[in-house]
Amino acid sequence: MDIGWFLAVSALIFVIGVSGVLTRRSPLVILLCLELMLNAANLALIAFSRMHGNHDGQIFAIIVMVVAACEVTVGLGVIVAMHRRRLPIDVDELQELQG
Amino acid sequence: MNAVKLFAWLTLLFPLAGCIAVGLVGRKLPGRGAGYLGTGALLLSFLSAIGTLVKLQGQDEHHRQIVAVAWDYAHTTGLDAQLALLVDPLSVFMILVVSGVSTLIHVYSISYLDSDRGYVRFFAYLNFFVFSMLTLILAANFVLLIVGWAFVGAASYMLISFWYRRGTATRAGIKAFVINVLGDVGLVLGTFFIFRHTHTLDFLSTFAHAKEAFKPGDADLTAGCILLLVGAFAKSAQIPLHTWLPDAMEGPTPVSALIHAATMVTAGVYLIARMHPLFELAPSAADVGAVIGCVTLLVAGTIAIAVTDLKRVIAYSTMSQIGYMIMGVSSGAYAAGLFHLMTHAFFKALLFMAAGSVIAAMAGQQNLDKMGGFRKSMPFTFGCMVIGGLALAGIPPFSGFFSKDEILLMIGDRGGWHWGLYVAGYVGALLTGVYTFRMIFRAFLGEPVPEALELEAGHLHHAEVHTNPADGEVEDTDVGFPGADHHIAEREPSMKLAMGTLALLAVVGGFLQIPKVTHVLDSFLAPTFADSKFYERDPTGGLIAFGLVLGAAVGLAGIGIAYLIWVKNPQIAASAQRRLAPLHTLFVNKWYFDEIIDLLVVRPAQWFGAWAQQTFERVVVNGLLVGGTTGVVRAGSSAVRAAQTGFLRYYTLLIVVGTVVVTFYFLMNS
Amino acid sequence: MGEVLFFVAGVGAVAGAIGVVAVRNPFYSVLALVSHLLCLAALFLLLRAEFVAAAQVVVYAGAVMVLYVFVVAYIGGQDEPLGPRAGRGLKVTSAVFGGLLFVELCVATLGSGLKLIDTTGVDVGPGFGSPREIGTLLLTKFLLPFEVASFLLLIAAVGAVVLARRRGGLSAAEEQARYSAMDLLRPAYTGTMAEGVGGPRALPKITAPAPAAGDED
Repeated sequence: MDIGWFLAVSALIFVIGVSGVLTRRSPLVILLCLELMLNAANLALIAFSRMHGNHDGQIFAIIVMVVAACEVTVGLGVIVAMHRRRLPIDVDELQELQG
Repeated sequence: MNAVKLFAWLTLLFPLAGCIAVGLVGRKLPGRGAGYLGTGALLLSFLSAIGTLVKLQGQDEHHRQIVAVAWDYAHTTGLDAQLALLVDPLSVFMILVVSGVSTLIHVYSISYLDSDRGYVRFFAYLNFFVFSMLTLILAANFVLLIVGWAFVGAASYMLISFWYRRGTATRAGIKAFVINVLGDVGLVLGTFFIFRHTHTLDFLSTFAHAKEAFKPGDADLTAGCILLLVGAFAKSAQIPLHTWLPDAMEGPTPVSALIHAATMVTAGVYLIARMHPLFELAPSAADVGAVIGCVTLLVAGTIAIAVTDLKRVIAYSTMSQIGYMIMGVSSGAYAAGLFHLMTHAFFKALLFMAAGSVIAAMAGQQNLDKMGGFRKSMPFTFGCMVIGGLALAGIPPFSGFFSKDEILLMIGDRGGWHWGLYVAGYVGALLTGVYTFRMIFRAFLGEPVPEALELEAGHLHHAEVHTNPADGEVEDTDVGFPGADHHIAEREPSMKLAMGTLALLAVVGGFLQIPKVTHVLDSFLAPTFADSKFYERDPTGGLIAFGLVLGAAVGLAGIGIAYLIWVKNPQIAASAQRRLAPLHTLFVNKWYFDEIIDLLVVRPAQWFGAWAQQTFERVVVNGLLVGGTTGVVRAGSSAVRAAQTGFLRYYTLLIVVGTVVVTFYFLMNS
Repeated sequence: MGEVLFFVAGVGAVAGAIGVVAVRNPFYSVLALVSHLLCLAALFLLLRAEFVAAAQVVVYAGAVMVLYVFVVAYIGGQDEPLGPRAGRGLKVTSAVFGGLLFVELCVATLGSGLKLIDTTGVDVGPGFGSPREIGTLLLTKFLLPFEVASFLLLIAAVGAVVLARRRGGLSAAEEQARYSAMDLLRPAYTGTMAEGVGGPRALPKITAPAPAAGDED
C-alpha cells in the first residue's frame, strides 16, 4: 500500500482521539483517548520511517512508547489518589482552576 | 555707579531681612521688641533710599537711569529675564515715599497694636509688604515687576485678613485677592502683547525699541496697554475693579494707612508713569485711563458723602484721589500725578492714623452716627485730622492744594475734550471738601457721646464684651481677633511722633512744586520723562492763576457746605436725605457695584461650579471617563474570565482550536 | 495480499478507536483500546517495523493496558454519568473542530508534495526494522535519548509511588510537624489543595465574628 494510506489512517485515529478527549467525562477514558493520539503519532512515524528507508522514525516511536508509559503511570497514579480522597472522578466536577 | 547700585540693593533687602528677623526671633523679644526691630529695618531702608538719592544726583545728568543686575535667569530664545533693579529718578522718588511713609506707619504701629496677640506676625507681614512694594518699584523688567505685583497682592491679603478669625475680615481678604488676581492676569497678558513685538522684557530696551516696533495707534499696543490698565485699575481700585477697597478696611488701621492709602494703591499710578512711552504711542489706551480715573473720582466722591463708616469714608476718598492721579498720568501730567501721589501719601496716612485713634477711643466702633464731640478730649488727634482734612480738601497753603491743582492745570492745558475732565476735577474737589469735613465735624464737633465724656474724665472707654463692629458677632481677644486694649494718640508718644511728622509734611510738602516758583520735582524727574512729548509743556500764567483761585474757592466752598449742613443746621441733613432719597440710596449702596458684579460675575461662576460638580463631574468624569474606563476593563475581563470555566474539556477544546488555526495558517503560507 | 491485510487491520484499528470513544463502560473502553493496539501492531508489520510491532504488543498492550485494567478494577468502572454540564455546545464544537483538524492533517500530509507519498517507500533490504538494526542504533546514534528515556521511566515510577501512597504511610506526627518557609510567607487562606479539601493541615473554618460591645453607628 502507498504510504499515503497509512498517513490517512493515522490522521483519522488522531482525530478520533481528540474527539474522545473533548467528549468524555471520566479522566480514565480521557487518558485512554490520549493513548489513541499517541498511537496515531507512532503510526505516522513508522510510515515515514518506511518511506525514507531509515530507522530514525522507528527509534522515535519506541521513545514515544516509553513516554506514553510514563505518562500513563503518573496519570493513573493521580486518578488513584483522587479516588482515595473521595473526589469525584469526573473532570466536570473538578473546577478548582475556575477563575 | 556702584554706590548707587549698592544703596538700591540695601533699600530693597533691609525690609526682607527685617521680615525674616522679626519672623524668627520676634517672639523671643520682650514687650514691643519686635516692633522696634521691624521699624529699625525700615528706618535703615529709608536711609539707604536717601543714600541712593544722593548718589544718583551725584551722577551725570544723562546717566541717571542705572540698571543694577544681580542675576541673569534666562537668555534663551530671545527671553532676557534678569534679576535687575532700575534706579532712576522715578523709582528713587517712589522708594523714598514708600520707605519714608512706611517707617512712620511702623512707628505708629509699635504702640497701636501693642496688646494684639499677633503683634510679631504683624510686623513681619508689614516688612514683607514693604519689600514687595520696593521690588515692584525697583524692577527693571516686566518679570520682576510681575513678581513684585503678585507679592504685594499676597501681602495685602495677609494683612487685610490679619484678624483671621473674623469672618468679615477673611471674606474681605479673599475679595481683595481675587480682584487683584484679575489685575495680575491683565498685567501678564499686557506684557505678552508688548513682548510679542519688542522681544525684550527689560524696560529700557522696550522703551528704546517701542518707536520702531509699534506705529502710533497700533492695535496690539493698544490692547496691551489696556490690559496693563486692567492691572493698574485692580491694584489702584478704580471702577469697575474697586469693590475690594472699602471692604479692605477690615484690616487694622495701620494697614489701611500703609497699603490702602499711601503705597499699594499707588502701584497703578506708578505703572502708568513707568510705561509712559508705550502709552504715548497708544493714545486711545491713555484716554481710557483718563476717563476711568475721572469717573472714579466722581463716583467715589458721591459715595463718600453718604456712607457712615469712618474708615470707609477715608477709603472712598482714597479711591477718589487715586482717580485724580490716574487721570493725571494718563493725560501726560507725570510729575503732577506723582507729586499728588506723594502729598496724598502724607495726608491720607495722617487721616487714617487719626481715624485709628478715634476708633480706639470708641473701643472699636467705627460708625460716624455713634461718634461726636471728641474735640475736647482728643485735641492732638483733632488737630492732625484737621490738618489732613485741609490738605485733602485742597486749601492753600497745604500740600494737597498745590498737587491737585497741578494735575488739573496740566489737564486743562491739553485742551480739547480734556476740558471736561478739568471741570469734573473741580466738581470732585468740591465733593472732597464736603465729605472730608462732614467726617471731621461729625466725629469731633457736636455733642460729646458717652465715650467722649468718659475720655474727658480721663478714662478710656473699654467694651465689656468685644464684638465685631460690622456685624455684632461676639469675639474674644485671643489670637486672630483684635487685642483687648486700645491706644489713642494722646497717650502714646510713638503715635504722636508719627502723626506729628506726617502733619508737618502735609503742611510743607506742597512747597516742592509751587507753580512758577519752585520746580524741584519737575527737574528731579526730568531724566525719566525727558522722552515724553508732554513733559516740556508750559501752561500760561492765566490758566495757572485761574486754577489756583478756583481750587481754593471750591475747597473752601466744600468746607462751608459741610459746616452748614452738619454743624449749623443739623436738620438740613435729614431733610435733604428725605427729599433726595433715591439719590441717597444710590450713594449709600455704593452705586450697586457690588450687586452688579455679584449678578454678572459671581452668580454665573457659582452656577458654573455647581454644574461642573453635579453634572460634569458626576456624569462625564466619574461616569464616563472613570466609570467608563473601569467598566470597559471590567467587561473585558469578564469576557476573558468566561474562558476560565475550570472545565478541563474547555481548555482542551481551546488547545484543539488553537492547533487547527495554527495549522491552517501554516498551510496557507506554505 | 498486503492490501487485504491493510484494510482489515486498518478497519480494526479505527473500529477500536471508535470503540474507546463511544463505549460507556470504561472497562469496555480499555478492551477496545487493546484490540486497537493489536491492529496497529499489524499495521506496523506491514511497514516492515518488526521490532516496534513486537514492542507494541508486549509493552503497550501487555504492560500498559494491564495497568489500566488494574486501575479500572480498583476504581470501579461504573457507567459514566451523563449530564448536561457543558454538554451540547461542546459536542458540536468538538465535532466541527475535529473534522477540521482531520481535513487539515490530510491536506498537510497528503497534499504536501512529498515525492514518495504515492509509493510504498524506498527499497529497503531484508534486515530493515530487525532488532539488530534497532539495537545498533539505540546504542550508537541514539544513545542519549535512550538513557534519558530510562531516566524518565525512573522518575515516573517514583512519582507514581509518591502520588498514590496512603497518607498514613509516614508517621502522622512527622507529617504534622513539617512546616516550610512558604507557610510563613503565604498570606492567610491561600494554601494548598490539601488544606482546601480538609487534609491534615486543613484551614480553620471561618465563623462570623462576635459583634463588638457598645457599637456606635
